[in-house]
Amino acid sequence: MSANKILIHVLAVTVALMTLIPFVWMVSASFMQQGEANQFPPRLIPESFSLEHYLRLFISMNIVRYFLNSLILSASITGLSLLVNSMAGFAFAKFHFPGKESLFKLLLAAMIIPAQVTMLPLFLMMNQLGLINSYLGVIIPGMASIFGIFLIRQYISSLPDSLIEAARLDGASDFQIYWKIVLPLAKPILVTLGLFTFMGTWNDFMWPLIIMTRENMYTLPVAMANLSGEHAQDTELMMAGAVITVLPVIIVFLALQRFYIEGIMLGSVKE
Amino acid sequence: MKTKPFFKVWMSPTLFLAPALSLIAVFFFIPVVASFLMSFTDFDIYSLADSSNARFVGLENYKNLLSDPLFWKAMRNTLYFVFIGVPLSLIFSLATALLLNSKLIRFMSLFRLAYFLPVVTTLVAVAVVWRYIYHPSFGLVNYLLSLIGVGTVDWLGNPKWAMPALILMAVWKNFGYNMIIFIAGLQNIPPELYESARIDGAGKWQEFLHITLPMLMPTTVFVSIITIIGYFQLFAEPYVMTQGGPMNATLSIVLLMYQEGFRWWRMGYSASLAFVLFLILFMATLVQLRLQKHYSGV
Repeated sequence: MSANKILIHVLAVTVALMTLIPFVWMVSASFMQQGEANQFPPRLIPESFSLEHYLRLFISMNIVRYFLNSLILSASITGLSLLVNSMAGFAFAKFHFPGKESLFKLLLAAMIIPAQVTMLPLFLMMNQLGLINSYLGVIIPGMASIFGIFLIRQYISSLPDSLIEAARLDGASDFQIYWKIVLPLAKPILVTLGLFTFMGTWNDFMWPLIIMTRENMYTLPVAMANLSGEHAQDTELMMAGAVITVLPVIIVFLALQRFYIEGIMLGSVKE
Repeated sequence: MKTKPFFKVWMSPTLFLAPALSLIAVFFFIPVVASFLMSFTDFDIYSLADSSNARFVGLENYKNLLSDPLFWKAMRNTLYFVFIGVPLSLIFSLATALLLNSKLIRFMSLFRLAYFLPVVTTLVAVAVVWRYIYHPSFGLVNYLLSLIGVGTVDWLGNPKWAMPALILMAVWKNFGYNMIIFIAGLQNIPPELYESARIDGAGKWQEFLHITLPMLMPTTVFVSIITIIGYFQLFAEPYVMTQGGPMNATLSIVLLMYQEGFRWWRMGYSASLAFVLFLILFMATLVQLRLQKHYSGV
């Protein structure tokens, strides 16, 4: 092995340690005895393996409820957004109608408006509709996404028109073409967008924090933020909560990482 | 092509577009306009009960904003976070992209996975973990520093160090994302360019300076704008780790907007903050579009 090769691997391992050690410590501290994580020098491996903090989260705290809230929101937004955005993406990719290009450009331009700008009136709207502290208050504004429409339009545009023409000659309706031909062919991009949406919703913080003010409607991130104030001293308990919060996204990511990485590339290609 | 009847041209696209576009119109475009209008009113907790209590106050909110020391504090903090954090993030992600793109590297996909892990994990959870990593008496960072003889630093409790601590964590959290885009950019550089440079006797450093960097310019512009936009929206880190403190050292624009709007219910004032943020991001995007045109013209 050349000196260069060794140097490169030393660097690569050093960076990997930097990114991984916080996670290693998080997992390890979550299994420590009460107070063990607050020792100096810090330990990377627990002295003895304890499940007490997980049990406490599950039995005397409401973590199952927070977990379910996060899961219900992420799963329903993912499903609904795939449907709604793929329909619009299909229309932008394969239909011809006057004003299509300018409408699409308007949507793209609106992507630079930060979500925070909408939150104050959105809160008042949800208040009027009685949707504060309800799943719908998060689901409804989360369904349609301009980025999602863009991603799907790009993909469907690259499918040959001849497929659609042939189906039309066979007498298929537009809806049948969308459902039976386009969607199956667009599966890779649907997985990618589904993954983005699921992880994005799971990790989302500011809007759930604003609209979920009742404790039993908290999502995991909102609950974590609130618990970290009350239980600042319970390092091990907070680490167990952090593990439960990040574990689902890490599992989903590990299973589908190819689609995620490809999605970043697609999203970064300019028009 | 035959001309289709009016009904046929409009019917299908309308049906397919209606769900997404009406959702975007009602829950995005209308709130944007409403927020803009709101920023010219004194909408507050009394208006929350009955919106007829809100009065039009013209530019009052914007005037108050410009004379509010808290606003300038938040602006300075956010600019600090952006102007130190974004270059650091770019340098680090380009360096790791070059590392992983090297022909000599083994287990490239494993390293990529390790570097990418912080990107996909929940920001709030990670912020809670880092609160303990930065703990003055038992945190990992101070332990590592003690090994090389540096004394205890109260990272999140000292106004001088709190922002650098948040920046370090933010870079750790997001460099993997930019790295992926840089790797794609590196792989798009035609290998012939390097071959002819080698024939001309160029060294590695010259290759980097005269081929890699210029060829990566469009990628760099794109990556910097998405990073700048993201960093300007700093919120969860100070909310969870410092609550904007100590002594407002980590108060960001969005955190101030949240506090004014949803803690004190001064929603008109808060809306004007949101639009200042939007204005900044808008101008940043314009600059980017200019640069992108410039570099894709080369």
